[in-house]
Amino acid sequence: MSTNQRGFVQQVWDFFCSLKLTLFLLITLAITSIIGTVIPQYPNIDERYWATISAGRKALYEKLGFFDMYHSWWFLALLALFCINLIACSIKRLPHVFKFVSEPATTISETQQKIFPCKELKLEGSLDASRDKLAAFLGARFATPTITQVGNQYHLFAQKNAWCRLGVYVVHFSILVIMAGTIIGNIGGYKGFVAIVEGETINMVKARNGKDVPLGFEVKCDQFTVSFYDAPGGGGPSQMPKEFKSILTLTENGKEIPGYKHVRVVVNEPLTYKGITFYQSSYGQANDPSQFFFTVKQRESGKSEQVVLRPGSQTRLPDGRSASIVDLTDNPGEGLAAVLGVSDKGAEPKFFKVYKNNPGLDDLRGDRLIFTFTGTDARMYTGLQVNKDPGVWVVWAGCLMMCLGLCIAFFMSHKRVWIVVQHGYARIYGNASKNQPAFLTEFERLAEELQKQTI
Amino acid sequence: MLSAKLFNATTIFYMASTLVFFGYLAGRNKHVGTAASALAWIGFVVQTAAIGLRWKESYDIGLGHAPMSNLYESVVFFAWSIVLIFGIIDIKYKYRIIGAFVMPFALMGMAWAQLYLPTDINPLMPALQSNWLLYHVITCFLGYAAFAVACGVSIMYLIKAKSEEKGNEAAGGLMSQFPPTRALDDLNYKAIMVGFPLLTLGIITGAAWANYAWGTYWSWDPKETWSLIVWFVYAAFLHARFTKGWVGKRAAWLSIIGFAATIFCYLGVNLLLSGLHSYGNMS
Repeated sequence: MSTNQRGFVQQVWDFFCSLKLTLFLLITLAITSIIGTVIPQYPNIDERYWATISAGRKALYEKLGFFDMYHSWWFLALLALFCINLIACSIKRLPHVFKFVSEPATTISETQQKIFPCKELKLEGSLDASRDKLAAFLGARFATPTITQVGNQYHLFAQKNAWCRLGVYVVHFSILVIMAGTIIGNIGGYKGFVAIVEGETINMVKARNGKDVPLGFEVKCDQFTVSFYDAPGGGGPSQMPKEFKSILTLTENGKEIPGYKHVRVVVNEPLTYKGITFYQSSYGQANDPSQFFFTVKQRESGKSEQVVLRPGSQTRLPDGRSASIVDLTDNPGEGLAAVLGVSDKGAEPKFFKVYKNNPGLDDLRGDRLIFTFTGTDARMYTGLQVNKDPGVWVVWAGCLMMCLGLCIAFFMSHKRVWIVVQHGYARIYGNASKNQPAFLTEFERLAEELQKQTI
Repeated sequence: MLSAKLFNATTIFYMASTLVFFGYLAGRNKHVGTAASALAWIGFVVQTAAIGLRWKESYDIGLGHAPMSNLYESVVFFAWSIVLIFGIIDIKYKYRIIGAFVMPFALMGMAWAQLYLPTDINPLMPALQSNWLLYHVITCFLGYAAFAVACGVSIMYLIKAKSEEKGNEAAGGLMSQFPPTRALDDLNYKAIMVGFPLLTLGIITGAAWANYAWGTYWSWDPKETWSLIVWFVYAAFLHARFTKGWVGKRAAWLSIIGFAATIFCYLGVNLLLSGLHSYGNMS
């Protein structure tokens, strides 16, 4: 390699190691990330959005990847560069720090003696006896010292928590672990969705990339229900959903799996089998209802009976009139409601609405028949988010590592104490990597105790 | 409800504390400072009781959840966290005067919540019914509060540094009451040092919860993204400080920018953008 080439390689290496690059990346990532929070992102773009921007702008955004910004080549490149920067910085600095921790300088230099806080004490015994006493003192009160002879002096060196200087590298490494976890999840797993109608069974799910993924077992939806909170002030349920609940049964080649029969899945309580997890995510009606169920009470006699109404056909009511279903509505704020048409022979039918969630209301209409809408024969389907993510535990391990690393890096301090022993007197020096004021108090207490002893 | 009255009392205590702190700033009487701190502490105790009571009241009406589920409750908890972090600094570092720049944040939060936000206890929608709600909200807001304190201290730093530049350091001036710039710079760093791990924990608990509820620990939802932006800003602050020696003015500005991003992450995202965090709906 020529000097020029070496110079170039060195420059590239220095570029990747530089903290200017780190700061540039942190700030650039922060600023560019804003784009995706302002411009809608696939797949959640409302059709109406396209009308609000010009074709030219759409083409430009498309080209820059702004509609799927966090997976665009340039954003991923920034993240990759961030990782490379992290690795390069660690390779460059870690060996020095590691050496500093594992092979500490056991003597204190002239410069350090000038800048570190210092206390002096008089010695009465011989040099060797004093040295041993001081060593025993340090060992009991601080940490076992290493003794080095320097000319006619002895340097006693003791340290605590030296390894906490590695804390920052634990944090840096944890970022790489988290990134690795996401990559493992992306390669080895998938995210999918499946809708299962009550009573039906599936063994495949649709992955986000559009492919059908076989599960290797079957999932049957036994039942899906929505429950609602009680309305404030009583009077039946409100419109505020309390729980979306699917009851699922898993089978493998048609055979039951112990513990997976009629299992409850609600939001925040997913179900996992063989590394595949099912999350309650949506629901809906699977088919249009053909039968509407009502309880009809006669006001005078108080007698109730069940009546089934069908769209498009007339049903005779207990009082001789006939009724049919005109419409089914599901408006926010009022919930499911049936619109009925009731007619006397030959007369124009009267139309009215019966609310499923408000059973007492039809009483107020004042008619001789009081209707309560109890439901329809429509089946529900449950929408389940289906995930396989073998990397998720790596991500959590990385997160845990990051928390530990941050605590070590911010709240633990590498404390060092030296005692320089000479004939007749000794000097004690101290230094901490963090939180100097707190260490100073500790150091002064140590020195005071030492001064009280006869050494 | 009793808790509502206690929250009103809290607001009044914080207002009194803020005003007395301003008086302390002007008059430099030690007793005034003690009174200002005492008012803040009394307000804090009353607020703690009120939060506890609201929690109990939610059980009484049959809903039963921690009071951290809508915008009102979160703003109240934010104010509580700010006073807590200020109190710790007051006790630990004895720089009482920073209350004059921190208590206004708590007061603004409480006043906004009491005057403009709906205070009803709402039922929890299914996605919020999780213990993660508690861990996530507590870690996030303690982190936010630490950043609020750092921002208040940074504003003090800039004011003090400016007056020193002008040479207004005549004895007895308003500025003589401020802690030395070096101490303010150090406090700024210390508050961020506490806030950063809490924010990290807040993001992680949020991710864990999202994974539990929806099966994705990270989906680049605007709230998630903004929390990451805030994280990047403070990470930049720490790196600039440790390795490039960015202290003083530049650190103060970075801290103020960081807090602005924090406030956007907390409120701006909900009020201006759309996403998973539903409490932004004001109605």
